[in-house]
Amino acid sequence: MKRALPAIIFALILIALWQLAAELKLINPIFFPSPGRTFGELYMQIASGRLWQPLGATALRMLYGWLLACGLGIALGAAIGSSRAAREYLEPLLDFLRPLPASAIIPVAILFLGLSPAMSTLVIAFGSLWPVLLAAVHGFKSTEPQLVELCETLEMRRGEVLLKVALPGALPDILSGVRVSLAIALILAVVTEMQASLPGLGQNILLAQRSFRSPELYAGIVVLGIIGFLVNHGLLVAERRWLRWRAASV
Amino acid sequence: MRGLVIPSVLLILWEAGSRLGVLPPDSTSRPSDIVRAFVQAMADGSLLRDTWLTFEAALLGLVIAGVLGILLGAILGLSPRTERTVGPSIEALRPIPAVALIPLALLVFGFGLRMEAAVVAFAALWPVLLMTVAAVRGVEPRLLELSRSLEFSFSQQLMKIVLPAAFGRIAVGLRLALAISLVVAVTVEIVLNPRGLGHSMIGAQQALRSDLMYAQLLWLGFVGWALNKVAQR
Repeated sequence: MKRALPAIIFALILIALWQLAAELKLINPIFFPSPGRTFGELYMQIASGRLWQPLGATALRMLYGWLLACGLGIALGAAIGSSRAAREYLEPLLDFLRPLPASAIIPVAILFLGLSPAMSTLVIAFGSLWPVLLAAVHGFKSTEPQLVELCETLEMRRGEVLLKVALPGALPDILSGVRVSLAIALILAVVTEMQASLPGLGQNILLAQRSFRSPELYAGIVVLGIIGFLVNHGLLVAERRWLRWRAASV
Repeated sequence: MRGLVIPSVLLILWEAGSRLGVLPPDSTSRPSDIVRAFVQAMADGSLLRDTWLTFEAALLGLVIAGVLGILLGAILGLSPRTERTVGPSIEALRPIPAVALIPLALLVFGFGLRMEAAVVAFAALWPVLLMTVAAVRGVEPRLLELSRSLEFSFSQQLMKIVLPAAFGRIAVGLRLALAISLVVAVTVEIVLNPRGLGHSMIGAQQALRSDLMYAQLLWLGFVGWALNKVAQR
Protein backbone atom coordinates (compact mmCIF):
# COMPACT_ATOMS: atom_id res chain seq x y z
CA MET A 1 0.00 0.00 0.00
CA LYS A 2 2.77 2.36 0.92
CA ARG A 3 4.52 1.57 -2.38
CA ALA A 4 1.34 2.34 -4.29
CA LEU A 5 0.91 5.73 -2.63
CA PRO A 6 3.05 7.81 -5.06
CA ALA A 7 1.21 6.27 -8.02
CA ILE A 8 -2.17 7.13 -6.52
CA ILE A 9 -1.08 10.67 -5.72
CA PHE A 10 0.28 11.12 -9.24
CA ALA A 11 -2.97 9.88 -10.78
CA LEU A 12 -4.98 12.23 -8.56
CA ILE A 13 -2.76 15.15 -9.54
CA LEU A 14 -3.31 14.32 -13.21
CA ILE A 15 -7.07 14.26 -12.74
CA ALA A 16 -6.90 17.55 -10.81
CA LEU A 17 -4.86 19.13 -13.62
CA TRP A 18 -7.39 17.79 -16.15
CA GLN A 19 -10.23 19.32 -14.12
CA LEU A 20 -8.36 22.63 -13.83
CA ALA A 21 -7.49 22.78 -17.55
CA ALA A 22 -11.12 22.09 -18.42
CA GLU A 23 -12.51 24.65 -15.95
CA LEU A 24 -10.16 27.34 -17.23
CA LYS A 25 -11.06 26.30 -20.80
CA LEU A 26 -7.36 26.03 -21.70
CA ILE A 27 -8.36 23.42 -24.26
CA ASN A 28 -11.48 23.62 -26.40
CA PRO A 29 -14.32 22.34 -24.15
CA ILE A 30 -16.07 20.84 -27.19
CA PHE A 31 -13.64 17.94 -27.12
CA PHE A 32 -12.20 18.31 -23.63
CA PRO A 33 -14.84 17.92 -20.91
CA SER A 34 -13.78 17.97 -17.28
CA PRO A 35 -13.40 14.68 -15.39
CA GLY A 36 -16.26 15.85 -13.17
CA ARG A 37 -18.63 16.04 -16.12
CA THR A 38 -17.28 12.79 -17.61
CA PHE A 39 -17.68 10.73 -14.47
CA GLY A 40 -20.94 12.52 -13.66
CA GLU A 41 -22.28 11.37 -17.02
CA LEU A 42 -21.04 7.84 -16.35
CA TYR A 43 -22.73 7.86 -12.93
CA MET A 44 -25.98 9.09 -14.49
CA GLN A 45 -25.86 6.31 -17.07
CA ILE A 46 -25.37 3.69 -14.39
CA ALA A 47 -27.96 5.17 -12.02
CA SER A 48 -30.63 5.47 -14.73
CA GLY A 49 -29.75 2.05 -16.19
CA ARG A 50 -29.13 3.52 -19.65
CA LEU A 51 -25.67 1.95 -19.73
CA TRP A 52 -26.66 -1.71 -19.60
CA GLN A 53 -28.44 -2.17 -22.90
CA PRO A 54 -25.60 -0.97 -25.20
CA LEU A 55 -23.04 -2.59 -22.91
CA GLY A 56 -24.83 -5.93 -23.15
CA ALA A 57 -25.24 -5.61 -26.91
CA THR A 58 -21.54 -5.00 -27.44
CA ALA A 59 -20.50 -7.73 -25.01
CA LEU A 60 -22.78 -10.31 -26.63
CA ARG A 61 -21.62 -9.36 -30.12
CA MET A 62 -18.04 -9.79 -28.98
CA LEU A 63 -18.74 -13.13 -27.30
CA TYR A 64 -20.65 -14.69 -30.22
CA GLY A 65 -17.91 -13.90 -32.72
CA TRP A 66 -15.22 -14.96 -30.30
CA LEU A 67 -16.84 -18.30 -29.42
CA LEU A 68 -17.26 -19.05 -33.11
CA ALA A 69 -13.61 -18.21 -33.70
CA CYS A 70 -12.49 -20.37 -30.75
CA GLY A 71 -14.49 -23.41 -31.88
CA LEU A 72 -13.37 -23.10 -35.47
CA GLY A 73 -9.79 -22.20 -34.57
CA ILE A 74 -9.26 -25.13 -32.22
CA ALA A 75 -10.90 -27.65 -34.58
CA LEU A 76 -8.98 -26.41 -37.63
CA GLY A 77 -5.82 -26.06 -35.58
CA ALA A 78 -6.10 -29.67 -34.44
CA ALA A 79 -6.61 -30.85 -38.03
CA ILE A 80 -3.74 -28.82 -39.42
CA GLY A 81 -1.36 -29.17 -36.50
CA SER A 82 -1.58 -32.93 -36.21
CA SER A 83 -1.10 -33.67 -39.91
CA ARG A 84 2.03 -32.86 -41.84
CA ALA A 85 0.24 -33.10 -45.19
CA ALA A 86 -2.44 -30.60 -44.16
CA ARG A 87 0.29 -28.22 -43.03
CA GLU A 88 2.11 -28.40 -46.34
CA TYR A 89 -1.07 -27.68 -48.28
CA LEU A 90 -2.57 -25.01 -46.03
CA GLU A 91 0.19 -23.11 -44.27
CA PRO A 92 1.13 -20.81 -47.20
CA LEU A 93 -2.52 -19.82 -47.62
CA LEU A 94 -2.84 -19.11 -43.90
CA ASP A 95 0.38 -17.11 -44.07
CA PHE A 96 -1.18 -14.88 -46.71
CA LEU A 97 -4.51 -14.43 -44.93
CA ARG A 98 -3.10 -13.77 -41.48
CA PRO A 99 -1.66 -10.26 -41.96
CA LEU A 100 -4.83 -9.13 -43.75
CA PRO A 101 -6.47 -6.44 -41.60
CA ALA A 102 -9.64 -8.05 -40.26
CA SER A 103 -11.58 -4.86 -40.88
CA ALA A 104 -10.70 -5.17 -44.59
CA ILE A 105 -13.22 -7.97 -44.97
CA ILE A 106 -16.02 -5.67 -43.72
CA PRO A 107 -16.86 -4.55 -47.30
CA VAL A 108 -16.98 -8.20 -48.42
CA ALA A 109 -19.13 -9.17 -45.45
CA ILE A 110 -21.51 -6.27 -46.14
CA LEU A 111 -21.80 -7.39 -49.76
CA PHE A 112 -22.96 -10.84 -48.67
CA LEU A 113 -24.89 -10.13 -45.49
CA GLY A 114 -25.80 -6.43 -45.60
CA LEU A 115 -25.54 -4.18 -42.54
CA SER A 116 -26.75 -6.95 -40.23
CA PRO A 117 -25.73 -8.49 -36.91
CA ALA A 118 -24.71 -11.59 -38.89
CA MET A 119 -22.23 -9.44 -40.83
CA SER A 120 -20.77 -8.19 -37.55
CA THR A 121 -20.47 -11.71 -36.11
CA LEU A 122 -18.77 -12.95 -39.28
CA VAL A 123 -16.22 -10.14 -39.24
CA ILE A 124 -15.49 -10.63 -35.54
CA ALA A 125 -15.13 -14.38 -36.00
CA PHE A 126 -12.82 -13.97 -38.99
CA GLY A 127 -10.64 -11.39 -37.26
CA SER A 128 -10.30 -13.21 -33.97
CA LEU A 129 -9.81 -16.61 -35.62
CA TRP A 130 -6.12 -16.14 -36.42
CA PRO A 131 -4.55 -15.98 -32.94
CA VAL A 132 -6.47 -19.11 -31.83
CA LEU A 133 -5.79 -20.96 -35.06
CA LEU A 134 -2.06 -20.22 -35.13
CA ALA A 135 -1.66 -21.01 -31.45
CA ALA A 136 -3.61 -24.25 -31.84
CA VAL A 137 -1.57 -25.31 -34.88
CA HIS A 138 1.59 -24.67 -32.91
CA GLY A 139 0.26 -26.46 -29.83
CA PHE A 140 -0.89 -29.57 -31.69
CA LYS A 141 2.25 -29.63 -33.81
CA SER A 142 4.46 -29.85 -30.75
CA THR A 143 2.76 -32.88 -29.20
CA GLU A 144 5.42 -35.12 -27.68
CA PRO A 145 6.18 -37.79 -30.35
CA GLN A 146 6.76 -40.43 -27.67
CA LEU A 147 3.26 -39.87 -26.33
CA VAL A 148 1.86 -40.36 -29.83
CA GLU A 149 3.82 -43.62 -30.17
CA LEU A 150 2.50 -44.76 -26.82
CA CYS A 151 -1.05 -44.10 -27.98
CA GLU A 152 -0.38 -46.11 -31.13
CA THR A 153 0.76 -49.11 -29.13
CA LEU A 154 -2.35 -48.71 -26.96
CA GLU A 155 -4.34 -48.76 -30.24
CA MET A 156 -6.21 -45.59 -29.36
CA ARG A 157 -8.32 -44.05 -32.10
CA ARG A 158 -7.13 -40.82 -33.71
CA GLY A 159 -9.95 -38.76 -32.25
CA GLU A 160 -9.22 -40.14 -28.82
CA VAL A 161 -5.54 -39.29 -29.13
CA LEU A 162 -6.39 -35.73 -30.12
CA LEU A 163 -8.82 -35.26 -27.26
CA LYS A 164 -6.95 -37.01 -24.45
CA VAL A 165 -3.31 -36.39 -25.26
CA ALA A 166 -2.78 -33.66 -27.84
CA LEU A 167 -5.42 -31.21 -26.59
CA PRO A 168 -4.21 -31.00 -22.97
CA GLY A 169 -0.68 -30.56 -24.29
CA ALA A 170 -1.77 -27.79 -26.64
CA LEU A 171 -3.92 -26.05 -24.03
CA PRO A 172 -1.35 -23.49 -22.81
CA ASP A 173 -0.77 -22.31 -26.38
CA ILE A 174 -4.47 -22.27 -27.14
CA LEU A 175 -5.37 -20.29 -24.03
CA SER A 176 -2.89 -17.53 -24.79
CA GLY A 177 -4.23 -17.38 -28.36
CA VAL A 178 -7.78 -17.25 -27.04
CA ARG A 179 -6.90 -14.25 -24.88
CA VAL A 180 -5.49 -12.27 -27.79
CA SER A 181 -8.59 -13.23 -29.78
CA LEU A 182 -10.97 -11.78 -27.23
CA ALA A 183 -9.18 -8.42 -27.33
CA ILE A 184 -9.50 -8.40 -31.12
CA ALA A 185 -13.16 -9.40 -30.86
CA LEU A 186 -13.86 -6.36 -28.68
CA ILE A 187 -12.14 -4.06 -31.19
CA LEU A 188 -14.08 -5.51 -34.10
CA ALA A 189 -17.38 -5.36 -32.21
CA VAL A 190 -16.82 -1.61 -31.79
CA VAL A 191 -15.69 -1.21 -35.41
CA THR A 192 -18.67 -3.01 -36.92
CA GLU A 193 -21.08 -1.10 -34.69
CA MET A 194 -19.64 2.17 -35.93
CA GLN A 195 -19.50 1.09 -39.57
CA ALA A 196 -22.91 -0.58 -39.79
CA SER A 197 -24.87 1.45 -37.19
CA LEU A 198 -25.60 -1.57 -35.02
CA PRO A 199 -26.74 -0.77 -31.46
CA GLY A 200 -23.99 -0.85 -28.85
CA LEU A 201 -21.23 1.17 -27.21
CA GLY A 202 -19.41 1.72 -30.52
CA GLN A 203 -22.43 3.33 -32.13
CA ASN A 204 -23.14 5.33 -28.97
CA ILE A 205 -19.75 7.03 -28.87
CA LEU A 206 -19.99 7.84 -32.58
CA LEU A 207 -23.45 9.39 -32.06
CA ALA A 208 -22.12 11.31 -29.04
CA GLN A 209 -19.36 12.71 -31.25
CA ARG A 210 -21.79 13.70 -34.02
CA SER A 211 -23.89 15.73 -31.58
CA PHE A 212 -20.82 17.09 -29.73
CA ARG A 213 -21.80 15.48 -26.40
CA SER A 214 -18.23 15.09 -25.29
CA PRO A 215 -18.87 13.92 -21.68
CA GLU A 216 -20.88 11.02 -23.11
CA LEU A 217 -18.10 10.27 -25.59
CA TYR A 218 -15.48 10.21 -22.83
CA ALA A 219 -17.72 8.10 -20.60
CA GLY A 220 -18.08 5.59 -23.45
CA ILE A 221 -14.31 5.42 -23.91
CA VAL A 222 -13.88 4.83 -20.16
CA VAL A 223 -16.42 2.00 -20.23
CA LEU A 224 -14.72 0.38 -23.24
CA GLY A 225 -11.39 0.66 -21.45
CA ILE A 226 -12.85 -1.06 -18.39
CA ILE A 227 -14.26 -3.86 -20.56
CA GLY A 228 -10.86 -4.23 -22.24
CA PHE A 229 -9.20 -4.52 -18.85
CA LEU A 230 -11.71 -7.01 -17.43
CA VAL A 231 -11.60 -9.17 -20.53
CA ASN A 232 -7.83 -9.46 -20.50
CA HIS A 233 -7.49 -9.99 -16.76
CA GLY A 234 -10.44 -12.36 -16.55
CA LEU A 235 -8.79 -14.68 -19.04
CA LEU A 236 -5.38 -14.32 -17.39
CA VAL A 237 -6.90 -15.50 -14.10
CA ALA A 238 -8.69 -18.36 -15.86
CA GLU A 239 -5.48 -19.32 -17.60
CA ARG A 240 -3.59 -19.52 -14.33
CA ARG A 241 -6.33 -21.60 -12.73
CA TRP A 242 -6.72 -24.08 -15.59
CA LEU A 243 -3.03 -24.54 -16.07
CA ARG A 244 -2.23 -25.14 -12.42
CA TRP A 245 -1.93 -28.90 -13.06
CA ARG A 246 0.79 -28.14 -15.54
CA ALA A 247 2.85 -25.95 -13.24
CA ALA A 248 2.74 -28.75 -10.67
CA SER A 249 3.86 -31.43 -13.10
CA VAL A 250 6.75 -29.53 -14.65
CA MET B 1 4.69 -25.84 -54.24
CA ARG B 2 1.96 -27.78 -52.44
CA GLY B 3 0.86 -24.51 -50.90
CA LEU B 4 -0.31 -23.37 -54.33
CA VAL B 5 -2.62 -26.34 -54.89
CA ILE B 6 -5.55 -25.24 -52.73
CA PRO B 7 -5.57 -21.57 -53.80
CA SER B 8 -5.42 -22.65 -57.47
CA VAL B 9 -8.28 -25.13 -57.07
CA LEU B 10 -10.36 -22.49 -55.28
CA LEU B 11 -9.70 -19.96 -58.03
CA ILE B 12 -10.68 -22.41 -60.79
CA LEU B 13 -13.87 -23.41 -58.93
CA TRP B 14 -14.68 -19.74 -58.39
CA GLU B 15 -14.23 -18.82 -62.05
CA ALA B 16 -16.17 -21.88 -63.22
CA GLY B 17 -18.90 -21.32 -60.64
CA SER B 18 -19.56 -17.77 -61.71
CA ARG B 19 -19.42 -18.64 -65.43
CA LEU B 20 -21.97 -21.41 -64.89
CA GLY B 21 -24.12 -19.06 -62.84
CA VAL B 22 -23.90 -21.05 -59.61
CA LEU B 23 -22.44 -18.15 -57.64
CA PRO B 24 -24.36 -14.87 -57.23
CA PRO B 25 -22.79 -12.46 -59.77
CA ASP B 26 -23.29 -9.30 -57.67
CA SER B 27 -21.29 -10.40 -54.67
CA THR B 28 -18.77 -12.79 -56.25
CA SER B 29 -17.29 -11.32 -59.38
CA ARG B 30 -15.19 -13.62 -61.56
CA PRO B 31 -11.46 -13.89 -60.91
CA SER B 32 -10.86 -12.80 -64.51
CA ASP B 33 -12.88 -9.61 -63.89
CA ILE B 34 -10.96 -9.03 -60.68
CA VAL B 35 -7.66 -9.29 -62.54
CA ARG B 36 -8.97 -6.82 -65.14
CA ALA B 37 -10.08 -4.39 -62.41
CA PHE B 38 -6.69 -4.76 -60.75
CA VAL B 39 -4.77 -4.01 -63.94
CA GLN B 40 -6.99 -1.02 -64.62
CA ALA B 41 -6.65 0.39 -61.09
CA MET B 42 -2.89 -0.07 -61.32
CA ALA B 43 -2.71 1.56 -64.76
CA ASP B 44 -4.68 4.69 -63.82
CA GLY B 45 -2.66 5.04 -60.61
CA SER B 46 -5.66 5.09 -58.27
CA LEU B 47 -4.60 1.92 -56.45
CA LEU B 48 -1.07 3.14 -55.81
CA ARG B 49 -2.32 6.58 -54.74
CA ASP B 50 -4.73 5.03 -52.24
CA THR B 51 -1.99 2.73 -50.98
CA TRP B 52 0.27 5.71 -50.44
CA LEU B 53 -2.45 7.61 -48.53
CA THR B 54 -2.90 4.64 -46.21
CA PHE B 55 0.85 4.25 -45.75
CA GLU B 56 1.29 7.96 -45.13
CA ALA B 57 -1.07 7.83 -42.13
CA ALA B 58 0.32 4.49 -40.91
CA LEU B 59 3.92 5.71 -41.08
CA LEU B 60 3.21 9.09 -39.49
CA GLY B 61 1.42 7.31 -36.64
CA LEU B 62 4.27 4.83 -36.37
CA VAL B 63 6.89 7.58 -36.16
CA ILE B 64 4.94 9.39 -33.43
CA ALA B 65 4.49 6.13 -31.53
CA GLY B 66 8.16 5.23 -32.04
CA VAL B 67 9.55 8.52 -30.74
CA LEU B 68 7.10 8.73 -27.84
CA GLY B 69 7.41 5.05 -26.96
CA ILE B 70 11.20 4.98 -26.97
CA LEU B 71 11.50 8.22 -25.00
CA LEU B 72 8.89 7.29 -22.39
CA GLY B 73 10.17 3.73 -22.28
CA ALA B 74 13.74 4.88 -21.67
CA ILE B 75 12.67 7.20 -18.85
CA LEU B 76 10.50 4.55 -17.19
CA GLY B 77 13.09 1.84 -17.74
CA LEU B 78 15.97 3.85 -16.31
CA SER B 79 14.19 5.09 -13.20
CA PRO B 80 12.24 2.50 -11.21
CA ARG B 81 10.92 5.24 -8.95
CA THR B 82 9.39 7.20 -11.84
CA GLU B 83 8.03 3.92 -13.17
CA ARG B 84 6.26 3.18 -9.88
CA THR B 85 4.76 6.67 -9.78
CA VAL B 86 3.84 7.32 -13.41
CA GLY B 87 3.54 3.75 -14.72
CA PRO B 88 0.08 2.91 -13.39
CA SER B 89 -1.43 6.08 -14.86
CA ILE B 90 -0.06 5.18 -18.29
CA GLU B 91 -1.02 1.53 -17.83
CA ALA B 92 -4.62 2.62 -17.18
CA LEU B 93 -4.88 3.81 -20.78
CA ARG B 94 -3.61 0.59 -22.32
CA PRO B 95 -6.82 -1.51 -22.25
CA ILE B 96 -8.74 1.15 -24.22
CA PRO B 97 -9.37 -0.30 -27.69
CA ALA B 98 -7.72 2.13 -30.15
CA VAL B 99 -10.85 2.19 -32.31
CA ALA B 100 -12.80 3.68 -29.40
CA LEU B 101 -10.68 6.78 -29.92
CA ILE B 102 -11.80 7.23 -33.54
CA PRO B 103 -14.75 9.50 -32.62
CA LEU B 104 -12.54 11.53 -30.26
CA ALA B 105 -9.81 11.93 -32.87
CA LEU B 106 -12.47 13.03 -35.34
CA LEU B 107 -13.78 15.60 -32.88
CA VAL B 108 -10.28 17.00 -32.30
CA PHE B 109 -8.77 16.88 -35.80
CA GLY B 110 -11.68 16.51 -38.23
CA PHE B 111 -11.39 14.14 -41.20
CA GLY B 112 -8.00 13.59 -42.76
CA LEU B 113 -4.44 12.52 -42.18
CA ARG B 114 -4.02 13.81 -38.64
CA MET B 115 -6.94 12.02 -37.02
CA GLU B 116 -5.93 8.74 -38.66
CA ALA B 117 -2.31 9.10 -37.60
CA ALA B 118 -3.40 9.92 -34.04
CA VAL B 119 -5.40 6.69 -33.70
CA VAL B 120 -2.55 4.71 -35.28
CA ALA B 121 -0.06 6.31 -32.88
CA PHE B 122 -2.13 5.31 -29.83
CA ALA B 123 -2.40 1.70 -31.00
CA ALA B 124 1.25 1.41 -32.04
CA LEU B 125 2.59 3.06 -28.88
CA TRP B 126 2.13 0.05 -26.59
CA PRO B 127 4.42 -2.53 -28.20
CA VAL B 128 7.19 0.07 -28.54
CA LEU B 129 6.77 1.32 -24.98
CA LEU B 130 6.65 -2.13 -23.37
CA MET B 131 9.58 -3.49 -25.36
CA THR B 132 11.65 -0.38 -24.66
CA VAL B 133 11.04 -0.55 -20.90
CA ALA B 134 12.02 -4.23 -20.90
CA ALA B 135 15.04 -3.60 -23.13
CA VAL B 136 16.35 -0.66 -21.08
CA ARG B 137 15.99 -2.65 -17.86
CA GLY B 138 18.10 -5.36 -19.44
CA VAL B 139 21.00 -3.01 -20.18
CA GLU B 140 24.17 -4.01 -18.36
CA PRO B 141 24.10 -2.01 -15.07
CA ARG B 142 27.85 -1.43 -15.14
CA LEU B 143 27.46 0.50 -18.40
CA LEU B 144 25.01 2.82 -16.64
CA GLU B 145 27.36 3.24 -13.67
CA LEU B 146 30.11 4.11 -16.10
CA SER B 147 27.97 6.74 -17.78
CA ARG B 148 27.15 8.21 -14.38
CA SER B 149 30.78 8.42 -13.36
CA LEU B 150 31.50 10.12 -16.70
CA GLU B 151 28.77 12.62 -15.70
CA PHE B 152 26.80 12.13 -18.90
CA SER B 153 23.63 14.17 -19.23
CA PHE B 154 20.37 12.22 -19.65
CA SER B 155 20.32 12.71 -23.42
CA GLN B 156 23.98 11.66 -23.72
CA GLN B 157 23.30 8.60 -21.60
CA LEU B 158 20.32 7.80 -23.80
CA MET B 159 22.00 8.26 -27.16
CA LYS B 160 25.44 6.85 -26.35
CA ILE B 161 24.74 3.98 -23.98
CA VAL B 162 21.12 2.96 -23.49
CA LEU B 163 19.67 3.01 -26.99
CA PRO B 164 22.59 1.26 -28.72
CA ALA B 165 22.58 -1.44 -26.04
CA ALA B 166 18.82 -1.90 -26.10
CA PHE B 167 18.33 -1.52 -29.85
CA GLY B 168 17.74 -5.19 -30.70
CA ARG B 169 14.69 -5.58 -28.50
CA ILE B 170 13.34 -2.12 -29.30
CA ALA B 171 13.43 -3.16 -32.98
CA VAL B 172 11.17 -6.10 -32.13
CA GLY B 173 8.67 -3.67 -30.62
CA LEU B 174 8.87 -1.43 -33.68
CA ARG B 175 8.24 -4.39 -35.96
CA LEU B 176 5.09 -5.31 -34.04
CA ALA B 177 4.04 -1.66 -34.17
CA LEU B 178 4.53 -1.57 -37.95
CA ALA B 179 2.09 -4.44 -38.49
CA ILE B 180 -0.42 -2.85 -36.12
CA SER B 181 -0.15 0.57 -37.75
CA LEU B 182 -1.21 -0.69 -41.20
CA VAL B 183 -4.15 -2.61 -39.73
CA VAL B 184 -5.36 0.36 -37.69
CA ALA B 185 -4.95 2.82 -40.58
CA VAL B 186 -7.13 0.65 -42.84
CA THR B 187 -9.66 0.21 -40.04
CA VAL B 188 -10.00 3.96 -39.47
CA GLU B 189 -10.53 4.43 -43.21
CA ILE B 190 -13.16 1.73 -43.35
CA VAL B 191 -15.06 3.13 -40.38
CA LEU B 192 -15.18 6.76 -41.44
CA ASN B 193 -12.05 8.51 -42.71
CA PRO B 194 -12.57 9.35 -46.42
CA ARG B 195 -9.09 8.55 -47.73
CA GLY B 196 -6.86 5.62 -48.60
CA LEU B 197 -7.39 1.95 -49.44
CA GLY B 198 -9.98 1.26 -46.75
CA HIS B 199 -12.23 4.07 -47.94
CA SER B 200 -11.82 3.00 -51.59
CA MET B 201 -12.92 -0.53 -50.70
CA ILE B 202 -16.06 0.72 -49.01
CA GLY B 203 -16.64 3.00 -52.02
CA ALA B 204 -16.24 0.11 -54.47
CA GLN B 205 -18.62 -2.01 -52.41
CA GLN B 206 -21.26 0.75 -52.33
CA ALA B 207 -20.88 1.34 -56.08
CA LEU B 208 -21.44 -2.41 -56.61
CA ARG B 209 -17.99 -2.71 -58.17
CA SER B 210 -17.25 -5.96 -56.37
CA ASP B 211 -14.52 -6.79 -58.93
CA LEU B 212 -12.61 -3.67 -57.91
CA MET B 213 -13.30 -4.34 -54.22
CA TYR B 214 -11.81 -7.85 -54.40
CA ALA B 215 -8.84 -6.52 -56.37
CA GLN B 216 -8.19 -3.97 -53.60
CA LEU B 217 -8.66 -6.62 -50.91
CA LEU B 218 -6.14 -8.99 -52.54
CA TRP B 219 -3.72 -6.12 -53.07
CA LEU B 220 -4.04 -5.16 -49.42
CA GLY B 221 -3.39 -8.79 -48.46
CA PHE B 222 -0.31 -8.82 -50.65
CA VAL B 223 1.00 -5.52 -49.24
CA GLY B 224 0.49 -6.72 -45.66
CA TRP B 225 2.19 -10.01 -46.41
CA ALA B 226 5.14 -8.31 -48.17
CA LEU B 227 5.53 -5.83 -45.32
CA ASN B 228 5.65 -8.69 -42.81
CA LYS B 229 8.30 -10.48 -44.87
CA VAL B 230 10.44 -7.36 -45.18
CA ALA B 231 10.12 -6.55 -41.48
CA GLN B 232 11.22 -10.06 -40.53
CA ARG B 233 14.57 -9.58 -42.26
